[in-house]
Amino acid sequence: MKTTARGRIATQVLLWAYAGVAAGPLLLVVLGSLRPNQDLLRDPLGLPQRPTLANYERAWQSASLSTYLWNSVLITAAAVALCTTVSLMAAYPLARWHFRGRAMLAAYFLSGLMLPIKLGILPIFYMFQSMSLIDSRLGLILLYAASGIPFSVFVLMAFLRGLPRDVEEAARIDGADELRLFRSVITPLARPAIATVAVFQIAPAWNDFFFPLVLLRSTDKYTIPVGLSRFFGEHAADRGALYAGLVLAVLPLVVVFVIASRQIVAGLTAGIGR
Amino acid sequence: MSRRVCSAVSSSGSGLVAKRGAGSSGRVGWTAFFCGPAALLYTVFVVVPLVTALWYSIFSWRGTTQGPLSGLDNYATVLTAYPYQDQLLRAFGHNGVFFVGTMLVQNTVGLALALLLHRAPLGRRLFQTLYSLPYLISPLVVGYLWSMLLSPSFGPVNAVLEAVGLDALARPWLGDPGTALPVVVLVNAWQWVGGPMLIFGAALAAVPAELEESARIDGASAWKTFWTVRFPLILPTVGVVTLLTFIGTFNVFDLVFALGGSSGGPGQAMDVLGLLFYRLAFQGGVNAIGLSSALAMLMFVFVFGISLLVDRMLRRREVNP
Repeated sequence: MKTTARGRIATQVLLWAYAGVAAGPLLLVVLGSLRPNQDLLRDPLGLPQRPTLANYERAWQSASLSTYLWNSVLITAAAVALCTTVSLMAAYPLARWHFRGRAMLAAYFLSGLMLPIKLGILPIFYMFQSMSLIDSRLGLILLYAASGIPFSVFVLMAFLRGLPRDVEEAARIDGADELRLFRSVITPLARPAIATVAVFQIAPAWNDFFFPLVLLRSTDKYTIPVGLSRFFGEHAADRGALYAGLVLAVLPLVVVFVIASRQIVAGLTAGIGR
Repeated sequence: MSRRVCSAVSSSGSGLVAKRGAGSSGRVGWTAFFCGPAALLYTVFVVVPLVTALWYSIFSWRGTTQGPLSGLDNYATVLTAYPYQDQLLRAFGHNGVFFVGTMLVQNTVGLALALLLHRAPLGRRLFQTLYSLPYLISPLVVGYLWSMLLSPSFGPVNAVLEAVGLDALARPWLGDPGTALPVVVLVNAWQWVGGPMLIFGAALAAVPAELEESARIDGASAWKTFWTVRFPLILPTVGVVTLLTFIGTFNVFDLVFALGGSSGGPGQAMDVLGLLFYRLAFQGGVNAIGLSSALAMLMFVFVFGISLLVDRMLRRREVNP
């Protein structure tokens, strides 16, 4: 693997050039969010001469991004918790027990990996209407939890299958029933996989735009994506606040991924390393 | 329906676990207890809506009133009648351009970056992280972000062009039907290029170094070494990336909505199947339910069918190289 010095320099130049392409636009947004509107209109490119958080204040309050953020947090957290719980419960017998129909039930769950749930929007809309779930945060929670089940069952099943055969034996001999065994033996052992599954469910629920666009009516229930869409329609001239809004919409997810990156890696390697 | 599934499981499950000592009749109830909640949620909110959409598509509708069974009439209308046929063909064409453009830009750049990083182990992690940053952002936010950067008079992109003396190139990128769709391709590639870069990177790392060495000793140029040694070996990966790109580009919605609104931008230059389906479902007139459900099924069958076909071809290649 001998490369000439000139080749090495050219490689570095190209790599840094693309780093600029990838990160530059993000940097522009962050810088723009710190500049007052007059500056942004006069010179769309410059650095913040007198950095201000006023844009964030306007986005947070008058554009009610605080409400949207709270709704997104609530819906995402509830959906992820519900999805992870029911998926772990289902994955346990599917991975550890022998019963006829098990393969079929597993296939039934996993077939959802290929189903584009968005194409069922009209039936979902009318079903929600009959269940009074239109314009309801609960409706979105149930929808996101359900759509996350195929992936979660898939990952958890693979993980539980890899646990040694005898982990349940001791507890069974002690006379623990299935629920105790599930809660005090299986769940603690599955923690890395649970973390993986939970983290991977966060982004789809947090980022979803289509379902709240169709299913929510009142703006005080809007999640971040639909709220942002409304914000961009109504405050199109307030460029500083728009930049701040973009940062606010992305920041929570970035924080989660930074905090959880160790969990993600732990979960993935725990799945592979058996 | 979920109860049927679980009872089918539990009724046939009795006595199979008896050898492990736990009461087998109790196990039937436990199976239902553990599988029930997930089966119920998944069935009600995923399976039933999709089956119902299929059901909707074979009836004619007056508003929300279900009319007589109409067989494949809705499908025929969407595929052949004015104005649906024109809109469908245009949107389909745009998805096609979007797919081909993304293949050319995103995956070529991804492969190029993977090759560069393969040669330069120093700082590889840093670059991989930098290139994957846009991955963290939702397509909707990416769309709004670029709509601001590309804004005609106050956008930094045109400001950069003017600053380097390329004023002639500055234009309303998203307002011009000629540039709107190419811009969507570029923005999409910008967001996802980290994916092919990482996948190709892993594939390249698996190519035995001796193969490249011997090719080089034989006097082959770097360019020739790539095409004759590395590329054939990473071909299955190219297939996987193609498949993922295909599914992603034919399901696109959020990004084009943010860049051009629900009508698909100027002169509908970036109208795609996802937007067409959305408009047909919620602004589609008397038979909206029937027609949009038929379109949903057509989209599903097309994407799913092609994916299965490509997947099978890839598998065959793997078994029989």
